[in-house]
Amino acid sequence: MPVSSSPRTLFDKIWADHVVDRLEDGTCILYIDRHLVHEVTSPQAFEGLRMAGRRLRRPDATVAVVDHNVPTSDRSQPIEEPESRLQIETLEKNVAEFGVPYFPLRSASQGIVHVVGPEQGISLPGMTIVCGDSHTSTHGALGALAFGIGTSEVEHVMATQTLLQKPAKNMRVSVEGKVGPGVTAKDIMLAIIGKIGTAGGTGHVIEFAGSAIRDLDMAGRMTLCNMSIEGGAKAGLVAPDETTFAYVKGRPFAPKGEAFEQACAYWRTLASDEGAHFDTEVTLKAEDIVPSVTWGNSPQDVLPIDGIVPSPSDFKDPAQAAQVQRALDYMGLTAGQKIAGTPVDVVFIGSCTNSRLEDLRAAAEVVRGRHVAATVRAMIVPGSGLVKAAAEAEGLDKIFLDAGFEWREAGCSMCLGMNPDRLTPGQRCASTSNRNFEGRQGPGGRTHLCSPSMAAAAAVTGTLCDVRELMKETV
Amino acid sequence: MDKFTELTAIAAPMPNENIDTDQIIPARFLKTIQRTGLGKNAFAAQRYDENGNENPDFVLNKEPYRQAEILITYDNLGCGSSREHAPWALLDFGIRCVIAPSFADIFFNNCFKNGILPIRLPREICDELMGDARQGSNSRLTIDLEKQIIIRPEGNVVPFEVDPFRRHMLLEGLDDIGQTLAHDAEISSFEHQASRAWVPSISMGTAK
Repeated sequence: MPVSSSPRTLFDKIWADHVVDRLEDGTCILYIDRHLVHEVTSPQAFEGLRMAGRRLRRPDATVAVVDHNVPTSDRSQPIEEPESRLQIETLEKNVAEFGVPYFPLRSASQGIVHVVGPEQGISLPGMTIVCGDSHTSTHGALGALAFGIGTSEVEHVMATQTLLQKPAKNMRVSVEGKVGPGVTAKDIMLAIIGKIGTAGGTGHVIEFAGSAIRDLDMAGRMTLCNMSIEGGAKAGLVAPDETTFAYVKGRPFAPKGEAFEQACAYWRTLASDEGAHFDTEVTLKAEDIVPSVTWGNSPQDVLPIDGIVPSPSDFKDPAQAAQVQRALDYMGLTAGQKIAGTPVDVVFIGSCTNSRLEDLRAAAEVVRGRHVAATVRAMIVPGSGLVKAAAEAEGLDKIFLDAGFEWREAGCSMCLGMNPDRLTPGQRCASTSNRNFEGRQGPGGRTHLCSPSMAAAAAVTGTLCDVRELMKETV
Repeated sequence: MDKFTELTAIAAPMPNENIDTDQIIPARFLKTIQRTGLGKNAFAAQRYDENGNENPDFVLNKEPYRQAEILITYDNLGCGSSREHAPWALLDFGIRCVIAPSFADIFFNNCFKNGILPIRLPREICDELMGDARQGSNSRLTIDLEKQIIIRPEGNVVPFEVDPFRRHMLLEGLDDIGQTLAHDAEISSFEHQASRAWVPSISMGTAK
């Protein structure tokens, strides 16, 4: 482990502790502690190993789940879509052949890979964690260097337990102060992406810092780190602290007893040193952040809920102006209109961004005693079987069902519509997911990203609206 | 992986920013368990109407761009999902080189792993190349990776930068797993460091 006297960032430290070797041109062989695998981006990698006659080096550092294709309705029946079924069966065949620990569809702990990893204590502070999925950045909430990779790199990790990498640049995003009522981690992150832009973090790892970040619970930190990729960053990080250690302690795969204490002692050394160098610094005031929604087809198209939809004429660059016009056309919006009051057809509360117990509690708080608007289909898709069970133990399912929500099984669901949960062309959705790209939730579907409480408010009023107005009313 | 040395081909203009990997290949086509066959669905939402007929206005449905092997776009090409299906779809369509002012990191990396050369050039130069690409049958560019130059239709030369290690891998068509496995001894000794004792192993017995 190289010892350095100059102040280092959290990223620098995790990086240095995982460099196996440095090649002539500065490319590093970086050791990977955890490799998470799902059914969509792994079949070609397993096939590659098989063709080359290679073994999977560390099945005991690899965990597979099935999440993208799974139906979120009744699971007693076989999966209807033949291609989805084949992809899941292929994963099952591969994990059996290569001896990979696996959470199958009917496991009580099945769920979205980025919910299951932290929840099970598989993802831990100080680790390097990868998965063939861009939202692997989620696990950075624990203070782990976690990032998404392509399938060729999935195969590389399977065969070598390492990746060939060059160090990223350091960026620190500080959010100081206290957020107002109705403002969540999702709003903080949308504000950050709105500020830095969807390519603002390219080539960087973002460390989220400041009092508003330290005040977040682990679910909030995961929401924040999850969408680092929407800001273009390789990964997001929050320094591990007592909130982190309390979260990790006692999880099924976390170190126990003496080993846990030793691990904590190490994790405490990871925080960025005073005076460490950041290539880029961004600061936001928590007080300035309000409940937000997106209007367009890029996550940087963020508006405060009391905001006005922009016009192509606001943009000097003709390519950008054309793009704004295209987004307005696609989204069925008019330049200059208020975003609040826009009617929605569907509300989706779920995804690796916002499907944890805390997210469901926040939504339930808004929904309690109210009913889903007659024109809206509203669905809750918990992030894992364990989240679902915990929510049911608290009676959240009853609040949602009484209000007219669908209460579904865990999976990626309508975040990307690989399973039957899709928007139809022209449908408008308030969604707690992470991407509002054209067609993301189904061909022709229109996505407005927002927090669970804002999505819940849209469900009960039938329009995009300011959740703070509902919070004022006593039900 | 096929070698990439020199390419002379039609360049297609796609003057958009933030072309995400969902646009390059929508999620519903990710259910394949193979790398090939995705080309017909590259840019599906823009390329076809709801009945599956070609949209005549989309650039890759026009001649000569059906034969394009080079794509020119604006900033942040390949943002979003890490799906390697995006470069697989481009490659299967016939694209071997993508040129933009900036790329999303994962997509940039995925291109190299599949024998596609991504080239970063300043926006002003991309504007000029975009102009070249708009010239229909006269939109042929030559990409010379050995010399690290692009030769424009009128013969003007544009130099470009590329990471030396990745250039070497592309020129030779090498798979990097074999190279990394040559470091097996270092990897093993790293794994057994005392300072890593806290990292738990995961076994089937403990998974529920």
